Amino acid sequence: MFGTLTLSAFAQGPIVLGAQLFIVLGGLCIAGLVTYLGRWRWLWDEWLTSLDAKKIGVMYMIVGVVMFVRGGIDALMMRLQQALSVGASQGYLTPEHFQQVFTGHGTIMIFFVAMPVVFGLLNLVVPPQIGARDLAFPFLNALSFWLFAGGAALVMLSLVVGQFATTGWLAYPPLSELQYSPGVGVDYWMWALQISGAGSLIAGINFVTTILTKRAPGMTLMRMPIFVWTALGSMLLVIFAFPVLTATLAMLGLDRYLGFHFFTTGGGGNMMMYVNLIWTWGHPEVYILALPFFGVFSEVVPVFSQKRLFGYTSMVVATMTIVFFSFVVWLHHFFTMGAGADVNAFFGIMTMVIAIPTGVKIFNWLFTMFRGRIIFALPMLWFLGFVALFTLGGIAGVLMAIPPADFELHNSLFLVAHFHTMIVSGVLFGLFAAISYWFPKVFGFKLEERWGVRAFWLWVVGFILAFGPLYLLGFLGATRRLDHYPAGLGWQPLFIIAGVGAVLIALGVGCQGAQIVASIRRRVQLRDATGDPWGGRTLEWALPSPLPEHTFGHIPQVESRDAWWAMKKEGHAPGVLGVPGTDRIIRVPANTPLPLYMAGALFLACFALVWHIWWLWPLSLSGFLGCIIARSFAHETERPVTL
Amino acid sequence: MKNTTDHKASIFGFWLYLMSDCLLFASLFATFAVLRGNTFGGPNAEELLNVPFVLAETLVLLTSSFTAGVALIAAQLNKRAWVFGALAATFILGATFLGLELHEFAGLIAAGDGPGRSAFLSAFFALVGTHGLHVAAGLLWMLILSAQMLSRPDFEAAPGNVRTKLLALGLFWHFLDVVWIGIFSLVYLLGATL
Repeated sequence: MFGTLTLSAFAQGPIVLGAQLFIVLGGLCIAGLVTYLGRWRWLWDEWLTSLDAKKIGVMYMIVGVVMFVRGGIDALMMRLQQALSVGASQGYLTPEHFQQVFTGHGTIMIFFVAMPVVFGLLNLVVPPQIGARDLAFPFLNALSFWLFAGGAALVMLSLVVGQFATTGWLAYPPLSELQYSPGVGVDYWMWALQISGAGSLIAGINFVTTILTKRAPGMTLMRMPIFVWTALGSMLLVIFAFPVLTATLAMLGLDRYLGFHFFTTGGGGNMMMYVNLIWTWGHPEVYILALPFFGVFSEVVPVFSQKRLFGYTSMVVATMTIVFFSFVVWLHHFFTMGAGADVNAFFGIMTMVIAIPTGVKIFNWLFTMFRGRIIFALPMLWFLGFVALFTLGGIAGVLMAIPPADFELHNSLFLVAHFHTMIVSGVLFGLFAAISYWFPKVFGFKLEERWGVRAFWLWVVGFILAFGPLYLLGFLGATRRLDHYPAGLGWQPLFIIAGVGAVLIALGVGCQGAQIVASIRRRVQLRDATGDPWGGRTLEWALPSPLPEHTFGHIPQVESRDAWWAMKKEGHAPGVLGVPGTDRIIRVPANTPLPLYMAGALFLACFALVWHIWWLWPLSLSGFLGCIIARSFAHETERPVTL
Repeated sequence: MKNTTDHKASIFGFWLYLMSDCLLFASLFATFAVLRGNTFGGPNAEELLNVPFVLAETLVLLTSSFTAGVALIAAQLNKRAWVFGALAATFILGATFLGLELHEFAGLIAAGDGPGRSAFLSAFFALVGTHGLHVAAGLLWMLILSAQMLSRPDFEAAPGNVRTKLLALGLFWHFLDVVWIGIFSLVYLLGATL
């Protein structure tokens, strides 16, 4: 009846029991709160069944933040273990548990934090910046979100029922094959990535179609805001990279479930094929995450320097160059495979070449600031933190692009420090800049500054303390994913400093929570009455805050770059694009629960496959297909809004 | 409700989907190319694959692409009977192709040369089978689209935009043909001669 699922799947020892209780009680608390407030109907009508990009964007962000807390707790657990587990002490985590923690941390931070905040941000910002009311395919947009949420739920479920993978976040075979990982962990990992990856691919297609077909009249490609350009680049990468991930995971799945021999040690399998394929997806993935935040900084720096962006054209060229080159560097993740000197030299040189367009961007931002009247508001602070750390991390990356150096540093904590510098400063600082910049546009009031500044300093100092020692430890020979080391190496003080840094970062996150609470309390004073609180340059700032349901009262005719700036020069007042035009009735996508049902059905199907519940997955898959067919017969998919 | 812009965006989005599907197949093709020689002491392509049989399969699928094209032209000319006739022919040919493929698979598995035999056969079954799954999805799509057209007396009243859907289905079907040409060349022709 329940396949391989037995009661023993719930019994995992005291630490996991705490997490299980936390998840279950937390879920019950939220459900209880919604019931107490009588808000189920509201939640369903206004949020869960909505096809509105503005709401879907917020939901992406919320799930991303929840998962960020989960991934952050994993990080703290690892720091604590590595600070304690030296010499005679074995720390407080078993090796098996420690492996689940680092696998969970990596998987969650990339797939269930960084990806959703990218998609959330694009949902919130791309349509108003290009003068569109919604995406090209609102139904698919909701489906993307719910598929992602289904994957996130599957990862969280693995904590309550059974185990997560112990293989590291990319689950290299042969370790991830049935022979060496017979449990449910790799299956949870694989199916969570499959459904959220399908959602990402659909979202990529949706955004590229939206950007290329739904721009306001007059907005030529070279008049698009740079954020839209980077979104386009990132989503093109999604379209080209994610099918490779789907295929690779499917092959691993065939090995595990049906006895195929793609990557097994026996039967003629070739595990290096997996490593090549997964990084063919994995390296573009880095730029999928980073590019939109380069776009954020390209919006923030001109506004807070009160100057036009320096080098618009070179920014566009640099973005598209990165898109291309991101597909010819994947082998630098495994120079040590033994591909030979020629192959390694090619990929090493390509890796150095891709640093050039990134450098172009950094100089463009700096030149934009040069002779500008800089306002040190929160988004600008995050930019300054980003540009300092990101440049350092990038230099460490160019160092590792030299294959002989990489042979020394491969799989060391130096590498861990490098990519955390890139992703934390690039993605997270970019996200924080974006949140403080667009928060008033989404919610109608600004975030208050004091808690934000505190968070900023805690993050920057905490980051340097947490990852500076890891660069040193890497040089000293400490490998990644280390759960124990001898006392004689003298590494413990450095690990303790790194742990202190992690605690400071956690305090920074706490300040950000306090910032949100304080801002909600003072929302009346912080209200954004004009819709243009920063002196913005792009179209979204010509709309009232928060954005009305139909976004644009009328669609503008765009005449130049920085379209709203030009309109202001002509004397247009803030909020002008919220004013209705000749159309008094605008059609918006009607609510439907089908995306939620479809993702729910796939979630069940994956759960059934994880636990080998053979009757359930055909049933849920039929439900999924039934929903698609039902939707294709739908006659009325829009509803009118009267202005 | 629907206008020409919707049609344009939908078809453009569908092209993007097809491009992404190309990448999916590219991954499988690359895997096949790498694993082709890894027979692990088992039979190789030359010993297993029956090229004349697959040539017949190929001709069936190519003909179905022609009939799918006829359905599209008929829809543009508003000739409903022709649309249904051409779709029915496409369906029968597609189902025949799928039947022949399953027959080939069943023969291999019965002889002990299933996907678990060697990495070469794993890659073979995955590549050819994924194409077969796509064909099956296309057949299901044809049935649903026919039901939608039958549920209303003319194209304009049917749910959604039937012309858009028909065009997308046509693109999908031709795309599967192109992929099959790749499979026929790389897996069967090269496999039987090299």
